[in-house]
Formats: sequence, C-alpha cells, structure tokens
Amino acid sequence: MSRKLWLPVLLIVALLIAGCGPRPTPTATTAPGATAAPAPTTAPAPTATPAGPSGELEIFSWWTAGGEAEGLAALLKVFQQRYPNVKVINATVAGGAGVDARAVLATRMQGGNPPGSFQVHAGHELIDTYVVAGQMEPVTFLYQEEGWLDVYPKDLVEILSYNGEIWSVPVNIHRANVLWYNKAIFEQNNLKPPTTMEEFFAVAEQLKAAGITPLALGETWTVVHLFETVLLGTLGPEGYSGLWTGKTDWKGAKVTEALNNFDRMLNYVNQDYAALSWDQATQLVIDGKAAMNIMGDWAEGYFKAQGWTPGKEFGWAPSPGSAGAFDALSDSFGLPKNAPNRDAVIAWLRVCGSREGQDAFNPIKGSIPARTDADRSLYDAYLQSAMDDFAKDTIVPSLMHGAAVAPSWQQDIIDAVGLFLANRNVATFQNALAQACVSAGVCK
Amino acid sequence: MRIRKDHLLAVALISPSALAIAIFVYGFIGWTARASVSAWKGLIPDYTFVGLSNFIDLFRNPRFQIDLRNTAIFTVLFLAACLTIGLVLAILLDQRPRGEGIFRNIYLFPMAVSFISTGVVWRWLLNPATTLDRLSGLNLLFHKAGLDFLISRWYTHPKLGIAAIVIPATWQMSGFTMALYLAGLRSIPEELREAARVDGASEWQIYRDIVFPMLKPVTLSAVIILGHISLKIFDLVMAITQEGGQGYSADVPALNMYYTAFRALRFGQGSAIAIIILLTVAVLVIPYLIHTIRTEVER
Repeated sequence: MSRKLWLPVLLIVALLIAGCGPRPTPTATTAPGATAAPAPTTAPAPTATPAGPSGELEIFSWWTAGGEAEGLAALLKVFQQRYPNVKVINATVAGGAGVDARAVLATRMQGGNPPGSFQVHAGHELIDTYVVAGQMEPVTFLYQEEGWLDVYPKDLVEILSYNGEIWSVPVNIHRANVLWYNKAIFEQNNLKPPTTMEEFFAVAEQLKAAGITPLALGETWTVVHLFETVLLGTLGPEGYSGLWTGKTDWKGAKVTEALNNFDRMLNYVNQDYAALSWDQATQLVIDGKAAMNIMGDWAEGYFKAQGWTPGKEFGWAPSPGSAGAFDALSDSFGLPKNAPNRDAVIAWLRVCGSREGQDAFNPIKGSIPARTDADRSLYDAYLQSAMDDFAKDTIVPSLMHGAAVAPSWQQDIIDAVGLFLANRNVATFQNALAQACVSAGVCK
Repeated sequence: MRIRKDHLLAVALISPSALAIAIFVYGFIGWTARASVSAWKGLIPDYTFVGLSNFIDLFRNPRFQIDLRNTAIFTVLFLAACLTIGLVLAILLDQRPRGEGIFRNIYLFPMAVSFISTGVVWRWLLNPATTLDRLSGLNLLFHKAGLDFLISRWYTHPKLGIAAIVIPATWQMSGFTMALYLAGLRSIPEELREAARVDGASEWQIYRDIVFPMLKPVTLSAVIILGHISLKIFDLVMAITQEGGQGYSADVPALNMYYTAFRALRFGQGSAIAIIILLTVAVLVIPYLIHTIRTEVER
C-alpha cells in the first residue's frame, strides 16, 4: 500500500520542482509579420549599414488587432531594412486600450526586467506611471540629433515633456474631437453639421422631432470621451488645457456652463448607451438609427471597414465648438532604464520618429503621423484633412486617452461622470471634479 | 515502524499544499492588509503607514456607498430567490416523478457553466434598449408575446439595476441549491413521515413540523455557500455590465476594487476594498466554521 503511494509523492515533488524553474516568456514570438507585411509604397531600397547594432531587441505592444498589427509589421520591416543585424522579438499582449498589457508591463518594470521598448500613450500615462518612478531615460538627445524639434509641433512636444526633458517618441496621432454624421440623414432633413454648441442643440432638436436619435453614445468611457470634447468646445483650447495644470478654475462659471451643455447633450442620446461599445454606437449611425457620433478618428477605420467612403456616406467636423483645436492622443515608444541592448533600442526609436517609419505605419493603422512633413499622397481624404488641422490647430492633450492626466486623476473623473449619469446633479458633479483636481495635487 | 512510515507519508503529502496555502492565501491576505493601511499609489510600492485613512475615504466615496447598497440588495434577493426556487424544485423532485434523473441534471447543469459564459449570454438577453425599433433579447420576446409592460431597462435601471443581475445568478445557482435540499430531503427517514401520518398529521403539517426543521442545517450550508459567492461577485457583473451599468446602477465592490487597483493604480485603496470584502465574508463564514468544528469535536 505505502509503496504504491510513493509514486504520486514523487510526481508531486517533480511537478513542484518543474514549477519553480525558469519559465519561457509565453507572449514573445519572433516577429512573424515582419516579412509578410504589405510593402509600403515609399519604402526605399535597403541602404543598411552593416556596422549598426546587433543582438536581440524586444518590442512590447498591444497591437494585435486588424490594421494595427499590420501597421506594426510594416514599421518593423523598415527597421529590419535599416538594421538587419538586430533580431526583433515582437512581444504583444492582446487587449483593447492595453489594460492587460499595462499590468504585464508594470510587473516586468517592477521586477527589473524591462522590455527593450514598449508602447505607451504619450503624456501623463507614461510620465506619471514610469517617469516619476525613475524607470525611464529621457530621449531629448534624439530629438536634437535627428532634428525632430523642427518637424514635431511644439504643442505636442510639450505634452511629451516633463522636468525639461522629452520622454518618448510618438509614432502616430489620433484625434479625439471629431463629430461623425450620416450624410443621407442630414440631407433629408436639410441640416448642416453643427459648429457651435447652440447649433448642435438646434440640429439635435430638429432630428428628435423627425424621430431620429440625434447622438449615438456608448459605455462609460465613451461618455467621458464626449465629456472631454464638451469641455474643450465650451472652454476653448486654452481654458481646456488649463484644467490639467490648475490655471483654469474647476469651480468657475465657464466649467458650470460646460457641465450644463453636457447635461443638455445627454438628453439627445440613445437611451441604452450604457450597454453599447464604441463601435456599436458608431454602427447606429451606419444603420441610420442615429444621426451623429462624437468619437476619436479610429471610428473612421470602422466606417471604412463597413464599406463607407469618407465624404460620400459619412461626413465629419470638429466636435461642436472645438474648431481650431486638435484634441490629440498618441502611441509612443520610450527608452527604459537598464534596457537590454540599449543601442538597438535607440536605433528603434530613430526609426519610430523617422518620416519613412511613420509613413509606413500610419496609412495602415489609420492614423496620422506625428511629424508634419509626411507624404500626403499616402493618406485618404479624412486623414489628409486631419493632417492639415494638426499642422495649424492648437494641440491639446486628451483626457480619456492618457495624455492629459495621471491614471488616478482620470479614474476620479470617470467616477464623477458615472455618478453624474445616476443623479444628473450639475452642482455635485462640479464639486466632485474640483475635488478630484485637489486630490491629484494640482489644485489647492 | 510501519506507523511512522505512514505518518511521514501523510506529512509529505500534505505539506506541499499546506505550504502553498500558507504563502498564496494567508501570506497574501497579510500583504493585502499591510497595503490597505499604506499610501501606495502608482507602480512603486510605498508602505508609508497612513492608518485607516484609506477606509475612511472609501466610506465617504459616493461610488462605494452605492456598491455597498447594491451588494446588500443583491445578497438578499439572490439568497431569497435561490433558496425558494431550490426548495420548491427539490420538493417536487422528491415526489419521485418519472424521469427524475433527467430533471435533476437539467436543473444542475447551469452550475457547470462559468459565470463569464453565463454573463456573455445574459448581457445579450438583458439588452436594455426599450425603443421599439431596437428591441432585442428578452425585451423583444416580451414585445412579440404582447407583454410590453414587461419591457425593462434591466441592469441600466438607475435604482434597481443590480436586481437584473440576480436573474442570471439565480438561474445559475438555484439548481445547486436544489441538489443540496434534495439530499437533505432524502436523508429524512421515511419512518418519521409514516409515524406522523399514522398520528393523523396532514401533509402540510408534516412539512412544517418535521421536514423544514430537519432541513435547517442544509439551509445554513446553502446560505454560507451562496452568501460568499454573492458578496464577492465580480465575473458575472464584469461580463454583463463591463463598467457597472449606467451610473453604477449595477456596480459591486469587487468591480470597484479592480478599477481602483489596476486602472487608477491606487493599490492602497484597492487593498482596502479587498479587506472590506474579506471581512464581510468572514462575518458570514467564521461563525459557521466555529459551529462545524464544535460539532465535529463533540462527535
């Protein structure tokens, strides 16, 4: 009897020993798409200098879905042409907006095992998470060496900066303050896309009378997204940016006006918004069940994927009141302290910031390059108009997409918006927002 | 010699799991408790002692107040629904109808499904669109059946959203409650009922005075098992509502903890929520454990 039992004991011990051994990184795969990617039309003949860096380079991102994965592959291809001696490990963690990727990254950074370089939302999500923790190296020297200070807009560089240094290299720009509309519905009702808040309410009233939901809305984060564009549309770019630095008073009359506008706007949305994801909300516009949708310009990719052509079936305009302002968010890459193979990381960052790299990545991903000197002919009508606005508008940081504030402040604002949806009390809402600014240590 | 060998073997068999539980359960509870009284925000652990301020902040936080209210409503409704439905089903099956085994399996099967899968399906069934052109799920079914007054906003209802979550939770767990009760009913000796019948007791009197009192220990076990599920519920709410419904209509402490710790990176405050959840479950479970240990010792 007892002899029979020794076998399971041995098995358990063996399993325990095996469990304690070093595990292979399950998410790391050698870049599969690096050769299979559609070749970007501008990619020049490989002019690689064999004397570049060598060894392995791990690139960490959450670009796994359609469009984005191919974009990354195109960018990696440019990198491999320039630096053929570096072996790229394309480490991706699936999950929209990088929630899971961020948790994996955080443990690796805490454990002193940083990847070569990682994708992160430019601005406070990077700065307040990793830069203040002393886990990043500044990359200001790259901007000086590569002359990027001349080709990146000044407002953007400001969003990337902290303590007089620049902390990451953006590869793309998305715009948050865009109003998308169904052209057929607007023509049938003889409407023009609204440019101001008052025009929006007039248009919305007419649509409501015609029995069409004026504005399509989705789950809580898209409500916060809408809220941020209302703040921008009411306060203007300067007032909006001041909210995140303490220059604009959260208790002021202008903010009250914005909150009232937001409150009024919520009267014109689909009643089941809390149950819809952002793309389901956009789908309402495509189905003709709603006339407008305020969403970032990744919605353009969704319209196109459903077979709609920009300017033909759907039109776009800056969200009400926000013409002249470009509410930006950006995916960027940085240089972690103690990164393995630092030379290769720097080479990677040079490619990320290069015109060639950005023109390879962005037309596929469906975003515009962070540089202002890209090749316009590669981009569609919407993206071209976004590039024009990006070059001339005032650029402000996005709240919901990590550029404007630290994650903890952002969560307080999300909570305040959530509670406002429950009680619709503007005064309580404004107090909660003012309190959030105080907890964040920005307001007094 | 022989006894010593068996003894050694027993220790060898138990020690790996004992060690793992000591570290991964009790060790981590201790770590969470420590973090809950710390100022830890952001990625770098910060164990500066801040007393109970994380807890005080929480109880002042309107979202957390909603969470506590929701948990209370959910627990009461969920327990009441599961116990009632479970008991009724068990009594019906106890009459030994034809095909009892099939019914027993049908009622028990939902328990084999994970809350996440249940949640995905019920998110679809509980679609809260109420305008006629966009009805779907249960609302569409009601409309087609001419029961328009039943069309509901479900989990996005500002006051009763959490009650909608009780429906899938009950669907999943009432079969399990039935199994518990059925086992309890079958363990009641038939002689007792026979004796009562001989004494002229009606069927109702038999249930009221004999069966229900003898089912008390079963009810207690069911309350403990269902209660700790409802106090900790996370996956079902996450799958159905993603962010807690409209205006936190269906938010629960565990969901709040997830967002506080892993989205806002407020690990101190997130740990405080975890400790509060642990304490509420402990209030439920510890008296039961003490009771069980006492009866075992008496034996």
